[in-house]
Amino acid sequence: MTFALFLLRKALGAAVILIAIAALNFFLLRLAPGDPAQVMAGEAGAGDAVFLQQLRERFGLDRSLAEQFWLYIKGMLSLDLGFSYRQQRPVLDLILERLPATLLLTGTALIISLAAGVTLGVVAARRVGRASDSAIMTGSLVFYAMPLFWLAIIAQIVFSKYLGWLPNVGYESMGAGYTGARRTLDIGWHLIMPATTLGLFFTAVYARMMRSSMIEVSRFDYVKTAYAKGLTPGAVVRHHMVPNAILPVVTLAGLQAGQLVGGSLLVETVFAWPGIGRLLFDALLQRDYQVLLGVFFTCSAMVILFNILTDLMYRFVDPRIEAVS
Amino acid sequence: MTGFNKRELLKAGVAGLAAGELFFGLSPLANGSITALAQSPKRGGAVRAVVHPEPSSLMLGLVQNTPTQMVAGSIYESLLKYGHDLKPIPSLAERWEISEDGKAYTFHLKRNVKWHDGKPFTADDVVFSTDVFLRELHPRWRPVATTHVERIEKLDDFTVRYQLKNPFGPFILMFELSTTPIVPRHLYAGTDYKTNPNNNTPIGTGPFKLAEWTRGSHIKLTRNPDYHVQGLPNLDEIYWQIIPDAAARVVAYETGAVDILTGGTVENFDVAKLAKMKNTAVTGKGWEMIAPLSWLWFNHRQGLMAKKSFRQAVMYGMDRDFAKDVIWNGLARLASGPVSSKTRFYSDKVAAYGFDPAKAKALLKESGYKGEPIRLLALPYGEAWTRWAEAVKQNLTDIGMNIQLVTTDVAGYGQRLSDWDFDLAFTWLSQFGDPALGVARTYVSSNIAKGSPWNNVAGYSNPEVDRLFAEAAAANGEAARQELYTKVQQILVEDLPVAWMLELEFPTIYRSNFNNLIKTATGMNDAFQDAWKA
Repeated sequence: MTFALFLLRKALGAAVILIAIAALNFFLLRLAPGDPAQVMAGEAGAGDAVFLQQLRERFGLDRSLAEQFWLYIKGMLSLDLGFSYRQQRPVLDLILERLPATLLLTGTALIISLAAGVTLGVVAARRVGRASDSAIMTGSLVFYAMPLFWLAIIAQIVFSKYLGWLPNVGYESMGAGYTGARRTLDIGWHLIMPATTLGLFFTAVYARMMRSSMIEVSRFDYVKTAYAKGLTPGAVVRHHMVPNAILPVVTLAGLQAGQLVGGSLLVETVFAWPGIGRLLFDALLQRDYQVLLGVFFTCSAMVILFNILTDLMYRFVDPRIEAVS
Repeated sequence: MTGFNKRELLKAGVAGLAAGELFFGLSPLANGSITALAQSPKRGGAVRAVVHPEPSSLMLGLVQNTPTQMVAGSIYESLLKYGHDLKPIPSLAERWEISEDGKAYTFHLKRNVKWHDGKPFTADDVVFSTDVFLRELHPRWRPVATTHVERIEKLDDFTVRYQLKNPFGPFILMFELSTTPIVPRHLYAGTDYKTNPNNNTPIGTGPFKLAEWTRGSHIKLTRNPDYHVQGLPNLDEIYWQIIPDAAARVVAYETGAVDILTGGTVENFDVAKLAKMKNTAVTGKGWEMIAPLSWLWFNHRQGLMAKKSFRQAVMYGMDRDFAKDVIWNGLARLASGPVSSKTRFYSDKVAAYGFDPAKAKALLKESGYKGEPIRLLALPYGEAWTRWAEAVKQNLTDIGMNIQLVTTDVAGYGQRLSDWDFDLAFTWLSQFGDPALGVARTYVSSNIAKGSPWNNVAGYSNPEVDRLFAEAAAANGEAARQELYTKVQQILVEDLPVAWMLELEFPTIYRSNFNNLIKTATGMNDAFQDAWKA
């Protein structure tokens, strides 16, 4: 199959999946109990019939379900994600506004977890059964099993409250008025704790996966051959084992990267990080359908896009895959 | 006596005199800021306060949720404010008169007021706001304006008269900020109010202007140098920080990242811990207008709930003191009936219901209850409410009821209540200062209608109660209204249409070097006009 055909097939598949997801999201949300107009009226402390009707008109909820669905799909096709009447702004603006903070957090966490996870996995695989292997695997298990929100709170109590090293909430120092490099440093300072907290979970996953994969690869003949040729253990690991063992990690990293745009609801909430995860959570509680659908659609699109990119990455990491295709 | 009041005894004498009001909780003096109290107000400085959840909009004429009120309360103003005793005090109106027949309210407006964009504020703005904009859009003003107001007229550029169809006792309470925020006519007249671009850059007459709103992070307000009260405000900036997690808000206060935790933003058990911190004050004041009152709905359409003996069994079976002391950590007071003790025309001359499981069991037997499952709908407002529902389930199980706890999210809760799909259900509602505004709506039979969770969802109907509420709202004179409201409270408490639980307190926690913060019945909604930092 030529590369162009491969891409075309993937793109067509992606379009069908996206439309199916969009339809599913729309109807699933409508199945959930609760009337957004009542949520909004409740926040105002009252709501007579006229007010509730006004709100339903604003949300377009007074129209038939079929009409609402048609308007939604029509908007999607022209990349119009709708208008949040609750926030009085276009959904696309809301998503784009939150995107930089989310990408910064999840991207940093991805880099931290990939670098640390692969390194620790390799180290553990080379010292199977020894104290360092046990320490890495036990640590991985602990961070994998620990609920993220709890880890986040503990980190805040230790590093903010008792040690006073890091700020516990926010994206930057309020009212400091920093600009340029000083502002970048300030944001980086605020980023350390949420990114590390989020990264630790995936570090644990990658470390365990990399270790297993390395152990499996070490049994293959080409590794034994490499040693027999007289290569140093370091060279065998770098040139023969890691490139082959990393494929499952790439698969998982691809899936994680697809979720980058969705942000991390728990970490963003506990650290008051102004990302898309929180936008989604607030919209869910308030039944802000347009925002929910917009975020779902964007996240779905990104997951599909990163899956395609992962497939392409396979071809790059392991040329044999292209040959088989 | 609540936990607050006990602490109040420790410091009432000095702090009350020095700060000009009696704080609940720990005083500035008790925590070491003696010099601050001796000083005169200082200009300058910033304050960092927590708002949760993030406001959906800052256009107070369109959105009246609590976070919007808190932030936009420094941007917009109304004609009046209200003291802790609910007596009106001047705001945009410098004085007012009420005619002897109680049907004409005349307001004389301040003359030196400017909108944030520099345009002058006049009677045209007041008439446009209350007769056009809010009459169309405001869920609490519209019914009052439609039912009771005959006409709103501009007498001159700085005088406005509200002519009522008949006397309406609580009308003077309608000029509170969240009920009648005055909006600029020159920016809204003739536009589509809901999509007007000024909704995102609100222009008011208040002491602060919107400077920046980074969604999901913070809202920054800056001092209005042209504010109509000479020399005010004192502070330069207000930062409203958005921190969604309650535990993170506590750490933020402990580390000094924020100065004020507004009411209800931390769990009850954290209030006592934070109150012990140095340079920290706690006050339960500022909720007199809202006066949150909690109760259990009975769905009178279910056979058992229609029986008074069953309702009384529930009332006697609940340990409300446990709920007050343990679940609410003392930040509450037992409710004696439908009217909060903070609300006008409250009466304590009503029957009392204590915790009496034996009596509850006897009444349950008398009601004919045979172990049928009873669904108890919990209120999804956080940990305390979940624990409270579990405690009530335990209480009622102990007297022999088969309680099934139903949990849902806010939207699902509202849906079940408006569809009358419950047996027992928790709630709390605002009193809005007067029984005609926040109490009658729960009990009058004209308010029984599917589709709203804030009306008479119990389905309780009593013609005598309907008559008394109607007469009391229209009666001219405080004494006449008090008599009628006392009578209706006695009937309701005897009849027990709902099971009243607690009057709730949502304390504000703040650094005690901030002064003049909570001075009105609406608390943090207009806290910064003359607040200052020592």
